[in-house]
Amino acid sequence: MKVLRFILRKEFRQIFRDKTILAMMFALPIVQLIIFPLAANFEVKNVNVAFVDYDRSTYSQKLLNKIASSGYFRIVGNTISYNDALHMIQKNEADVILEIPHGFERNLVREGMQKVNMSVDAINGTKSTIGGGYLTAVLADFNSSLDINIKSPNSSVITPAGSIGVTYSAWFNPLEEYKYYMVPGILVLLLTMIGGFVTALNIVREKEIGTIEQINVTPIKKWQFILGKLIPFWIVGIIVFTVGLIVMYLVYGIFPKGSIALLYLFAAVYLVALLGFGLLISTFSNSQLQAMFVAFFFMMIFMLMSGFFTSVDSMPAWAKQISTLTPVTHFITVVRLIVLKGSGFAHVKTELLYLVIFAVLLNSAAIINYRKTS
Amino acid sequence: MKQLFAFIRKEFYHVFRDKRTLLILFGLPVVQIILFGFALNSEVKNISITILDNAHDNNSEQIINRIKASDYFVIAKPVTGYADIEEQFKRGNIKCALIFPQNFTADMVRSGKVQVQVIADGADPNTATILVSYITSIIAGYQQQLNPGARLGYLVVPEIRMLYNEEQNGSLNFIPGVIALIFMIVSTALTSVSIVREKELGTMEVLLVSPFNPIMVLIAKAIPYLILSIINFIIILLLSVFLLHVQIKGSLLLLFAESILFIITCLSLGLLVSNVTNSQQTAMLFSMMGMMLPTLLFTGFMFPIENMPWIFQAISHIIPSRYYFIIIKAVMLKGLGFSYVWKETLVLAGMSVLLLAVAVKNFKIRLS
Repeated sequence: MKVLRFILRKEFRQIFRDKTILAMMFALPIVQLIIFPLAANFEVKNVNVAFVDYDRSTYSQKLLNKIASSGYFRIVGNTISYNDALHMIQKNEADVILEIPHGFERNLVREGMQKVNMSVDAINGTKSTIGGGYLTAVLADFNSSLDINIKSPNSSVITPAGSIGVTYSAWFNPLEEYKYYMVPGILVLLLTMIGGFVTALNIVREKEIGTIEQINVTPIKKWQFILGKLIPFWIVGIIVFTVGLIVMYLVYGIFPKGSIALLYLFAAVYLVALLGFGLLISTFSNSQLQAMFVAFFFMMIFMLMSGFFTSVDSMPAWAKQISTLTPVTHFITVVRLIVLKGSGFAHVKTELLYLVIFAVLLNSAAIINYRKTS
Repeated sequence: MKQLFAFIRKEFYHVFRDKRTLLILFGLPVVQIILFGFALNSEVKNISITILDNAHDNNSEQIINRIKASDYFVIAKPVTGYADIEEQFKRGNIKCALIFPQNFTADMVRSGKVQVQVIADGADPNTATILVSYITSIIAGYQQQLNPGARLGYLVVPEIRMLYNEEQNGSLNFIPGVIALIFMIVSTALTSVSIVREKELGTMEVLLVSPFNPIMVLIAKAIPYLILSIINFIIILLLSVFLLHVQIKGSLLLLFAESILFIITCLSLGLLVSNVTNSQQTAMLFSMMGMMLPTLLFTGFMFPIENMPWIFQAISHIIPSRYYFIIIKAVMLKGLGFSYVWKETLVLAGMSVLLLAVAVKNFKIRLS
């Protein structure tokens, strides 16, 4: 125990000595936590619609007004031909073309049905696809308003033998604000990046500088050495996590619905697993550049597979397995459950089991892989 | 000239000595392309839905069958009531619940109007919106089948055409972004370490006392990484074409020229970082942790830039990958020519010249 205390004192001194790295460990996550959710927004607004109106009738004008007033669209041109509109798509000035054919109003009143062409820039990611969906919804809305407006005798609408309506509510986030989804996820990612990168660089730096040889000749046990590296960064991680929770509350008004103690229990276990992983990379690498690249490689996979950007449910089976083998996935899931839905221990105990297994395996691997003799 | 070649050869030795870094350098794009191509998509499917069927009649069961038959939903085990629904949400087992009222069919026939209730998991708002539209359209489809002759009022029906991507190949959406992201981070990180490492190791002094133009040192540093990045680009292109079936619609020559220009921009940025930092650690933390999130955010391939607050939109203009992303989409996927991308090309060229000039100016030929 006494040995461990001395190692810890040494490690803390090293951490506090390098003020740049220390500042980076705390400032970087906080600044990014404040900025990132504002910018990372999947909500689609301002979809640019090129409205090509060959009909120029009252109804096409009504449709145009309906689209313009929905709040999601920006009409970027409406006196043009289809070719002009296509040109606007090529120049990224428009996302969707809505083409109203000749005889739109006449056919609509006479036959009750009229097709319009909608051309979506399908390589423009979420914006165009979701924008296209919104536009379809606006059209449906337009259709129902037409029923009331058109009262010509030969178009009496037959009410179907039973219409099924859908009422809809979103629990846990009734206004469907995107920040509730984003902010907890970002907090986890930042904690992961800090913990992963800093520990990955740690042991390998001692190798490069040569101070590791001094430790190797002392009677310090392997597990004591690894534990001595782990504890200081674990404390740093817990502090970063706490500051993150405070930022989450002060800036975004998100207060965990579930038990805070439970949240910390998970954070504590997760940090042990994560830091063990960083230390494993560090014992495995020969230079800081190498450690950084390896850490970057895994961070990238963790970020993409954790369900932070895209839902894990939609992945194919093999990808789901990779996702299960990623500690970040479990921690993100749990943080979202506890913070947003107030889940209790009984709801999330399997996730805890996963994290404990990761923590034990990764740290054992780090201890085994650290060799005192070369 | 001979001197320059000798220097470039020396730099190549440095690069090839570190096998693991080299492996990651070529492994990273391959893994990313595979993940993005096969594992990640913005499409929402296999959503766990639970159904509380208080009616248990013919109509409700038909609708349930339709939901079962669609790819979008996986039916979770049935629930007993609202408390149970909440419990399942808290366990994270379901994303959505569909509730049929008692006397579903009877009410439908008698009053002609009946409501089903959908409860979605608002903690994931995007998925919630999408799955509600799935359910609505499934139910509308069922209604259509119930009343085949009935006209449901006036209809303006959209016919949707997917421009540039008729087959709806999801890869087309991310390939340009991934290419931009990889170059922006890998190329910058590699060169950002190159000079500062020689400073740390002390070999810089040897270089500086040699009768060699300092600008040549910078060029010799950049060339091996330029060649590596081009090889990387070729690998990514081959993977995209043969594995993900991405068609290259525009001129291959233009695509290469623009990509080389972008790589040069990134290498210049890396050289600048390397010149102004004092340790490998700072250089790396800056070029990896510092650049990763801004690049991811401001390239525009994940989150639409137009929706961001104006200050971020302004920041996005100084991120080189933003311009390259526009260029590569136009040339590779839309098949447009140089006349459509000359502005972006000019910006990238201007950035390269500026970054390189500042890097050269900051290159200290004296030890202080």
